[in-house]
Amino acid sequence: MSLVTKLATARRKPGRWHWTDVAAYAYLALGVVLMFGPVLWLAMSSFKTQAGLLEFPPSLLPMSQQEVVVAGHAQPLPLFEVTMPDGSTRVLAQVRRIGIQAQMVDPANPAEVIRVAIDKRTPVREFKLATENYTEPLERFAFTRFLWNSVFVTVVATIITLIINSMAAYALSIYEFRGKNTVMLMVIGTLMIPITIILVPVYLVVTELGLVNSLWAVILPGAATPTGVFLLRQYMLTLPRDLIEAARMDKASEWQIYWRIVMPLAMPALAVLAIFSVMWRWNEFLWPLAVLTKTESYTLQIGLNAFQGELQTQWHYLLAMTVVTLLPVALVFVFLQRFITTGIANTGMK
Amino acid sequence: MAGLTLSGVRKSFGATHVLHGIDLTVADGEFVVFVGPSGCGKSTLLRVIAGLEDVTEGAVAIDGVDVTGLPASERGLAMVFQSYALYPHMSVFKNMAFALENMGLPRDEIDQRVRRAAAMLKLTDYLERKPRALSGGQRQRVAIGRAIVRDPKIFLFDEPLSNLDAELRVATRKELAGLHAELGGTMIYVTHDQVEAMTLADRIVVLQGGRIEQIGTPLDLYNRPDNLFVAGFIGSPRMNLLPGTVARAGFVTVGEGGHEIACATGTLAPGASVTLGVRPEHLALAEGEGLPLTIDLVERLGGESYLYGASPGLPQITLKLDGQSAHQRSETVFLALPSAQLHLFDQTGQAIRP
Repeated sequence: MSLVTKLATARRKPGRWHWTDVAAYAYLALGVVLMFGPVLWLAMSSFKTQAGLLEFPPSLLPMSQQEVVVAGHAQPLPLFEVTMPDGSTRVLAQVRRIGIQAQMVDPANPAEVIRVAIDKRTPVREFKLATENYTEPLERFAFTRFLWNSVFVTVVATIITLIINSMAAYALSIYEFRGKNTVMLMVIGTLMIPITIILVPVYLVVTELGLVNSLWAVILPGAATPTGVFLLRQYMLTLPRDLIEAARMDKASEWQIYWRIVMPLAMPALAVLAIFSVMWRWNEFLWPLAVLTKTESYTLQIGLNAFQGELQTQWHYLLAMTVVTLLPVALVFVFLQRFITTGIANTGMK
Repeated sequence: MAGLTLSGVRKSFGATHVLHGIDLTVADGEFVVFVGPSGCGKSTLLRVIAGLEDVTEGAVAIDGVDVTGLPASERGLAMVFQSYALYPHMSVFKNMAFALENMGLPRDEIDQRVRRAAAMLKLTDYLERKPRALSGGQRQRVAIGRAIVRDPKIFLFDEPLSNLDAELRVATRKELAGLHAELGGTMIYVTHDQVEAMTLADRIVVLQGGRIEQIGTPLDLYNRPDNLFVAGFIGSPRMNLLPGTVARAGFVTVGEGGHEIACATGTLAPGASVTLGVRPEHLALAEGEGLPLTIDLVERLGGESYLYGASPGLPQITLKLDGQSAHQRSETVFLALPSAQLHLFDQTGQAIRP
């Protein structure tokens, strides 16, 4: 038996159901539904057509009505299963609907028009993936541009964050100097200031620097994060002092100690910060919304916002692009899960 | 290779004074061991020499050049740490090559030097391994190898053997002695183990409470301790230290029985409190007369035997006998104290020399 099935069927006593087994599995199942349900619904719905989304009652699978091309009609006609007055059923295409009557034709015999009461027909549905939800925004709305902007912001900002934060953490953990604790307290103190409070002053600074509508305006202000400095400093404090001193004896410069000794050893903490930084940057919304006003500099999150108009929301595009937006973060989690759990355990961050 | 001079070195951490004026000269090629109990300042002194700690006062000179203000990286010394301090993310080769890379040596010379040191330390087969895949003894040798490749002016060792098990410690001790004979470098070695000090050192520096108690060759310290601390610290098992008083010139009484022992008393006046020191192997059994001793414990090691016993009014006395002693517990024997082998210390703990 493989490990997975063994784990998934584990019980308190083999072969018997204790009530705690039932409770545990029920609880876990509830958790799966609560956490995974919305994601599943999102993924399924992103493949529905606009009409399919508004359908009532809603279906989980993306179903849509079958259509057929009938001679004499320019548009493809929707197919219905019709119960005839004699009790037999036929598959007919609907030409138009007038009140409670529908004019229908047999695709095999387009000349004859049959009138049917609308409650006598049910749509013929098939499983169909509306992939145009994905392809159209990517082609028409420069979503690839948004995607590239988001990737650029995330990658560059994460690299800058890692370098700046690790340097600050190095100074605050390895060196002894007067005011070290005060500096650390001030860094931690900035955690208390929410972005909404500094939004306007930072915006003014960014404007003065002429960075509005540049991706650097998104990258630079958040590059030094107090959380990152704190996380890395706590980890670096656990590195043995002997290693640093051994490196000093080995004629290493401070830069070499930082780059060749401390950075490789702080890898677990750096990985955690990198993961956090990727998530923060990818999902960042308020600040980019403030500084990015031109479409070509939009990030994905701002681009998604554009589908939400004042009068109508293009749900089919919004859902599909939300899936696109979620994918990279989900992939980061799938592949770096090991680092996240061990790293968080190591750094004592929760 | 180089000599070292410390003059008036003091070190304080805030209000805590750790070193109280250390003056010391180490000659080129000498193996000097700093020995002392925990907290005596020996490691701090080593770190001051290394440049890892600043001096509060005083000067450090290497080869006559004042290096007091120089950082550790520019003093040209190599240090072996108690924890080995191997870089865990680098292979053995990289660990040993790190310093050479920092010195900017060409690649083939680095390779040559590392391989030579590895051969000397029997590490050639492990060059590609990470430190965590090595045993304690191998890690120790890598740490030493890292120091050797540098060809430093002075080797510094900070309790390098304390993390090894007893057997390996003896083996590595011998290797270190061989290494010193082979390399001929100036070495300064810190330990709290007086056996390591005795076996390795050309000269021993005994430290206590941040002060040098005595400097001398191992046998010098053993045979002529300057004070009570050195007398008690050097030698295993410890020297027997018996409190007593000067009876008259040339005689000291010890114990409740007022047993009188012939001993050079120098200029001490009769009635002065003294401490009489005698090493376990210098005590001899006497027939019928002498200091009475009731045996508490007999340890027979085969080649030698140790008798532990009490005499009224005196601390426990240890006696070493050759061969396999037939004495039993609770038996009373009499001890002879040969006056030539006795050490006498005055009330302040200083040795009285004839």
